[in-house]
Amino acid sequence: MALATRGTDQRPSMTRTLWGSTIGKKTVMAVSGLIMLGYLVAHMLGNLKIFFGAPEFNGYAHWLRTLGEPVLHHEWALWILRVVLVAAVVLHAVCAYQLSRRDRAARPVGYAHKRARATYATRTMRWGGVILALFIVWHILDLTTGTAHPGGFQPGHPYQNVVDTFSTWYGNVVYIVAMLALGLHILHGFWSAAQTLGVGGAARERALRTSAAVLAFALTAGFISIPVAVMTGVVG
Amino acid sequence: MRLTLRVWRQPDADTPGAMVTYAVDGISEDMSFLEMLDTLNEELILKGDEPVAFDHDCREGICGACGVVINGDAHGPERTTTCQLHMRHFEDGDTIDVEPWRAGAFPVVKDLVVDRSSFDRIIGAGGYITAPTGSAPEAHATPVPKPDADFAFEHAECIGCGACVAACPNGSAMLFTSAKVNHLNVLPQGAPERETRVLDMVAAMDEEGFGGCTLTGECATACPKGIPLPSITAMNREWLRATRKVAR
Ligand code: HEM
Ligand code: SF4
Ligand code: FES
Repeated sequence: MALATRGTDQRPSMTRTLWGSTIGKKTVMAVSGLIMLGYLVAHMLGNLKIFFGAPEFNGYAHWLRTLGEPVLHHEWALWILRVVLVAAVVLHAVCAYQLSRRDRAARPVGYAHKRARATYATRTMRWGGVILALFIVWHILDLTTGTAHPGGFQPGHPYQNVVDTFSTWYGNVVYIVAMLALGLHILHGFWSAAQTLGVGGAARERALRTSAAVLAFALTAGFISIPVAVMTGVVG
Repeated sequence: MRLTLRVWRQPDADTPGAMVTYAVDGISEDMSFLEMLDTLNEELILKGDEPVAFDHDCREGICGACGVVINGDAHGPERTTTCQLHMRHFEDGDTIDVEPWRAGAFPVVKDLVVDRSSFDRIIGAGGYITAPTGSAPEAHATPVPKPDADFAFEHAECIGCGACVAACPNGSAMLFTSAKVNHLNVLPQGAPERETRVLDMVAAMDEEGFGGCTLTGECATACPKGIPLPSITAMNREWLRATRKVAR
């Protein structure tokens, strides 16, 4: 008997297959999330240089602009990184938005008997993601462009700029809340990305959960140590 | 036992429904949940009221027809089907909420009965093998490694009840679809359609309007057959593999 199959010869392109499928969109989120995660590990380690004084921290910021020279022109490496990161953030957020809309539409009528579902980290992925998106905008306006910086923003003097930001109460609050949200996001996100990419499974469950917890804790603690250091006068 | 039931009543797909409260008495703790509903229905019929419509068939936990959401849990508090859930898991005087599966892809037909033909269409998109099988083959003709046979059997246990969809906060059918894909994709008999099966069944699942997977794990907690969450990981792996191999 010939069954009516969907046919094997006419397949859409790889991009169409990925973008047209819930699993594909989730794959885009996993890859873009891991790119951002890799960046954040490097960013956090770089930030810790602030504990070794203004010359070392400012020198590091200057070196970032010379990265890749003489193969690349001044600041090119930084701009390439920025383009990749913006693409990652945009793709991640667009997929998150589209999938979330779809998920809501999949249950038009809710249950009368409500109960909490899943873990806290899992339930807060969406709101946590929105907090992170708002934080990223504020963070760039504060310390990259200086548009929303408290006091006079000095390009090339990130040490002083960081101290200025964390000398305001709201700078500390916004930053610490965002980093706690980041920790929760990674706690579920890192493990989740492994499942999406098909590399998780029963045998690796513990290793993945532990790695997610270590990454989440290290990033959150590492980033938060800086406002705390400014508040307590260790850095200033 | 004496119980207060709050049951979703909806005359048909186009008429809005509501939770309606009933008192039932004389419930034995050895009754199944469906027998408790039968008791309620007998009383309703005697009173001249419309009985509560609910799906059921085998009443032994193998057909997957009987799913309802009990106090917010698909198939109730125990990890079994509603027909195999016994009233001893409830206390005398309890108030119990009974609702249909809630998903756009499972429209309510009447009261607690939903239309699950969206699952049939997912199966129709690839949940079969095309080799002519004839009668039972000689067992040694096609050797299957024991771990593969176990993996296939674990997934073949899915009874298509839809509890995974009902429990998922996103109304996602990933656990069901993964059970069907993994069952056939690991076996030599399913190998010829390995790529098209996963691509087509996932496409059909998306077309039916089920939500996406956020790996909350509610599905695997609710599944009466214990299909585990890593089944979804395994299907993702198959899907990505097929996308690389087949897509242009
Ligand atoms: C623009 C801001 C962001 C938004 C709106 C956002 C939103 C989301 C949402 C809604 C999910 C899906 C949750 C789920 O499936 O349960 C998710 C997953 C994820 N996010 Fe984000 N997020 C943002 C920023 C970040 C950042 C900065 C990172 C880097 C560490 C990140 C890493 C991840 C990872 C690794 C996943 C898992 C992907 C997967 O499940 O396959 N996200 N995000
Ligand atoms: S995976 Fe489990 S819960 Fe989902 S349909 Fe199959 S048996 Fe039911
Ligand atoms: S009636 Fe068949 S599984 Fe419950």
